[in-house]
Amino acid sequence: MAVCIAVIAKENYPLYIRSIPAEQELKFHYTVHTSLDVVDEKVSAMGKALVDQRELYLGLLYPTEDYKVYGYVTNSKVKFVMVVDSSNTALRDNEIRSMFRKLHNSYTDVMCNPFYNPGDRIHSRAFDNMVTSMMVQVC
Amino acid sequence: MEGLTLSDAEQKYYSDLFSYCDIESTKKVASNGRVVELFRAAQLPNEVVLQIMELCGATRLGYFGRSQFYIALKLVAVAQSGLPLRVESINTVKDLPLPRFGASKNEQESRHTTSYSSDTENQGSYSGVIPPPPGRVQVKKGSVSHDAVQPRTSTDQQESTSPVVSPQQSPPTSPHTWRKHNRHPSGGNNERSLAGPGPFWSPFSEAQTGSSAGDAVWSGHSPPPPQENWVSFADTPPTSTLLAMHPASVQDQTTVRTVASATTANEIRRQSSSYDDPWKITDEQRQYYVNQFKTIQPDLNGFIPGSAAKEFFTKSKLPILELSHIWELSDFDKDGALTLDEFCAAFHLVVARKNGYDLPEKLPESLMPKLIDLEDSADVGDQSGEVGYSGSPAEAPPSKSPSMPSLNQTWPELNQSSEDTAIVHPVPIRMTPSKIHMQEMELKRTGSDHTNPTSPLLVKPSDLSEENKINSSVKFVSGNTVDGYSSSDSFTSDPEQIGNAVTRQRSHSGTSPDNTAPPPPPPRPHPSHSRSSSLDMNRTFPVTTGQQQAGVVAHPPAVPPRPQPSQVPGPHVHRPVDAEGLITHTSTSPQQIPEQPNFADFSQFEVFAASNVNEEPDDEAEKHPEVLQVEKSSDPSGSLRVAKTDGRIEEKTAASAPANVGKSTTPLAPPPKPIRRRLKSEDELRPEVDEHSQKTGVLAAVLSSQPSIPRSVGKDKKAIQASIRRNKETNTVLARLNSELQQQLKDVLEERISLEVQLEQLRPFSHL
Repeated sequence: MAVCIAVIAKENYPLYIRSIPAEQELKFHYTVHTSLDVVDEKVSAMGKALVDQRELYLGLLYPTEDYKVYGYVTNSKVKFVMVVDSSNTALRDNEIRSMFRKLHNSYTDVMCNPFYNPGDRIHSRAFDNMVTSMMVQVC
Repeated sequence: MEGLTLSDAEQKYYSDLFSYCDIESTKKVASNGRVVELFRAAQLPNEVVLQIMELCGATRLGYFGRSQFYIALKLVAVAQSGLPLRVESINTVKDLPLPRFGASKNEQESRHTTSYSSDTENQGSYSGVIPPPPGRVQVKKGSVSHDAVQPRTSTDQQESTSPVVSPQQSPPTSPHTWRKHNRHPSGGNNERSLAGPGPFWSPFSEAQTGSSAGDAVWSGHSPPPPQENWVSFADTPPTSTLLAMHPASVQDQTTVRTVASATTANEIRRQSSSYDDPWKITDEQRQYYVNQFKTIQPDLNGFIPGSAAKEFFTKSKLPILELSHIWELSDFDKDGALTLDEFCAAFHLVVARKNGYDLPEKLPESLMPKLIDLEDSADVGDQSGEVGYSGSPAEAPPSKSPSMPSLNQTWPELNQSSEDTAIVHPVPIRMTPSKIHMQEMELKRTGSDHTNPTSPLLVKPSDLSEENKINSSVKFVSGNTVDGYSSSDSFTSDPEQIGNAVTRQRSHSGTSPDNTAPPPPPPRPHPSHSRSSSLDMNRTFPVTTGQQQAGVVAHPPAVPPRPQPSQVPGPHVHRPVDAEGLITHTSTSPQQIPEQPNFADFSQFEVFAASNVNEEPDDEAEKHPEVLQVEKSSDPSGSLRVAKTDGRIEEKTAASAPANVGKSTTPLAPPPKPIRRRLKSEDELRPEVDEHSQKTGVLAAVLSSQPSIPRSVGKDKKAIQASIRRNKETNTVLARLNSELQQQLKDVLEERISLEVQLEQLRPFSHL
C-alpha cells in the first residue's frame, strides 16, 4: 500500500528508509526530505502547550499528483513518513493510522533490543518484515 | 554376495559402525536413519550410494545385515577411493582405506586414530586443532565450530582421510554419526539431491534440502543442531585424557560448560533419534544455560535486564547485528528483559551461530519460551524423532505465536498444552460495569439507602446546605431532599465505579421528595441543576425555606416543607406573580393530587414501598403508578404534571416515594436529559419551569425510556420512583423560588410605583 516508508530520527537524519520501486528511490528520498519541513510546521503549529496532548498522527502532509505523504511523530521526535500512491484511493485514514501504529510498535520493539544503539540505522529483520508487509506489492 | 575379507582395522571399524547403526541390536540393520546418515556422510553421489546398496544386497533383502553392512562400507571405501564399484572390488582392492564418512568426522577420526595410537598425540592434535575458542564458547564448541566452518564453507568433501576411529573407544560410532549429521549441511552437497530409494533417504534429503534452503526451516529437518556438534565434539574425546584436557581448557576459557555434562549430553543425544528437532536443548545444555543465568540473575524466575544480557552475549564476539537478531528472536514478549526460557533460547542461538549455523528467521518452536519447569523442557528435549518431523509442520503455529508473545506469556498453561498449535487469545473479561450491572448496583445502593432514610432527612437545611457544598453538583438545597440526595450521593459515591457517576448525576437531578429514604439513586437533578445554573438554589433556599415552611405542607420526616406551589406547571408559572400565586399553586396542588393517580402505577413499587421506611406506602403506591402512567404518556404536560405530582408526592410522602422514584429513575438518569431540554424549550421564560420540566423530563424520560430499555420492571420502577422523587424535589425548589421571586417582584413593583409617584409629585415643582 505504501510505496515508501521512512523513519527519521530526531535530528532529522534517516534511520530507516525504504521504497518499493527501486528506480524511484531517489525521488522518494527527496520527497521525504521535503516533507520534514511540513512535519516541523505541523508540530510547531500545535503549540508548546499542547505537546502533551499532541496527537502523534499528523495526517496528510501534502498531496502531489502522484502520491500523498503522511506523517507521524512520536513523543521522542522520531518521525515516520509514509508515501502512498495516490491511485490507491481505497486507502482510508484509519488504515493509515493503523499502519503508523504498527510502525510505531515495531519501532519500539527495535528500541527494546539492547543491542540497538539509538541513532543507528535500523537493521532489524522483524522491522524489515513488517515494513515489507506494508509496502505495496508492485509487480 | 561374495565373501568379504576385512582387515583388522576394517573389521573393527565396520563392527563399530554396525553396532552404531544397529540400534535395535537385532544384528541386522534396517534402513534406518543411522545407516542413511552414515552413507550420506560418505559424501558419495546418490547414484553411487544406490549402487552400493544394491550391490551389498540391502535392497534385495530390505535391510542391512551385518554382512551387507560390511559390504556396503567396503564399497563406500571403494567409491571414495575413486574406484569403480564392483562386487569384486570388495575383496580385490587391497589396502583400501577405511570408508570416510564426513569431512569433519574424518578430522575427528584422524584425531581419534591418533588418539588411539597415542593419547597424548591425540591430545596434541586435538588441542592443535581446537582453535582458541571465543570467550564464552567452550573449547569443544570452538573446535566444533572450527570443524563446522570448514566443511560448510568449502566443498571439502575429501578432507583428511584418516581412518575411522576404531570402536575401541566407548562411544565411537556416535561421534561419527554426529559428525555426519554435522556435515550434512556442509559437505553433503552430493547428498542434497538424494532421492533415495527407501523412505529412510527422504528425511535426510529433506533435511539437506532444508538446510540448503538457507536454514529457513530448522526444526526437524535441518541438520543436527549445533548442540549435536557440541555434544559430539565433546564426545569425540571420550577418553579421560581429553576430558581432562577439556576441563582445563574450559577453565582457561572461563566457561563453565563441563566436559562431563557435554559427554553425558552426547550420550543422551546418541540415544535420541537423528530426527530430533535440531534446535532442541538437551538437559545438559539447559543446565549449563541455567547456571549461566544464575550468574547474572540468581532468581530463576526473575529477568535479566537488557543491558546485562547485552554484556553477556557480547562476550561471545558475535557481530552486533547477529546478536541483535538473536535478541529479537529470543525476547519473546519484547519487554527488553530475558526470562530463563528466553535466556536459554538466546544462549542456544548464540551457540548455534558460533557453530556456524545460520540464525533462523523465526524462533524454532523448541526454543519458544515456555513457562514450564526445567523438567518439562527436558522432557520436550527427549522427545522421539517424530518431533523432528512434526517440527516443520509445527513451524507455522510457532510462527504465529511469536506474534502474540504477550498471550503466550500470560497464559502459559494454555500455551504449553497447545504449545505450537494454537494461538491463545484472551478471554474477554468485563471490567467495567454494564448497564444492568450498574442498575443492580443502583438497586443495592438504593436498598441500602433506604435503610437509613430518616437520619439524613432529619438533618436541618443547614446541614443540607453543607451537604450541598459537599455535593457541588446538587444545586438546590431543598431541605431533606437535598439532604437525602447528598447523603445518597455520598453514600453512592463511596465505593462506586464508573457507573456511579451516571447514577450520581441521576440522583442529583431528582430532588425527590423521598428524602427520608436516602435517595438511592444519586440525585439526578444534577444535570437539571446544571442547566438551571442561573438559578442559585443555594441562595434561594435559605430564603424559601422559611416561606415554604410556613405555607407548605410539612412533610412528616424532616423534609423541609416543600412548597406546595413548587409543582406548578408551566402555564401556572406564567400566571401573574403574586402572593396568591403561591396559594393558587398550593390550591392547585391539591387539585393536582387527583391527577397523581394517573401519575404512576406504583403497584410495581409496592415492593420498594414496603422496603421503605415510608409511612405512606399506599400513597406512594398510588402516586408512583400515577407518576409512571403520566410519565409513560411522555407528554411535556404530562411530565409537568409529573413534576407537580412529584411535588405532591414529596409533600405527602417523606421518603418512600422519592426513594422509589429515585431508585427507579436512577438507572435511567441519562435519558431524562433530552426530555428536560425539550421541556425547557417549551418553558424558557422561567428557570423554575425549566427546573420543573427538567424534573418532569427526568421522569418522562425515565418512563419513556422504560420501554426502550429492556430492564427489569423493578429497576424501571425504581428509576421512575427516583425520577419522580427528583422531580418532586425540583418542583418544590422551583416553587419556592418562584414564590420568592414573585414576592420580590411585587415588592419591587411597589417601590417603583412609590418612586414614580414621588417623581410625579416632584416634577410639577421642577417644572415650575
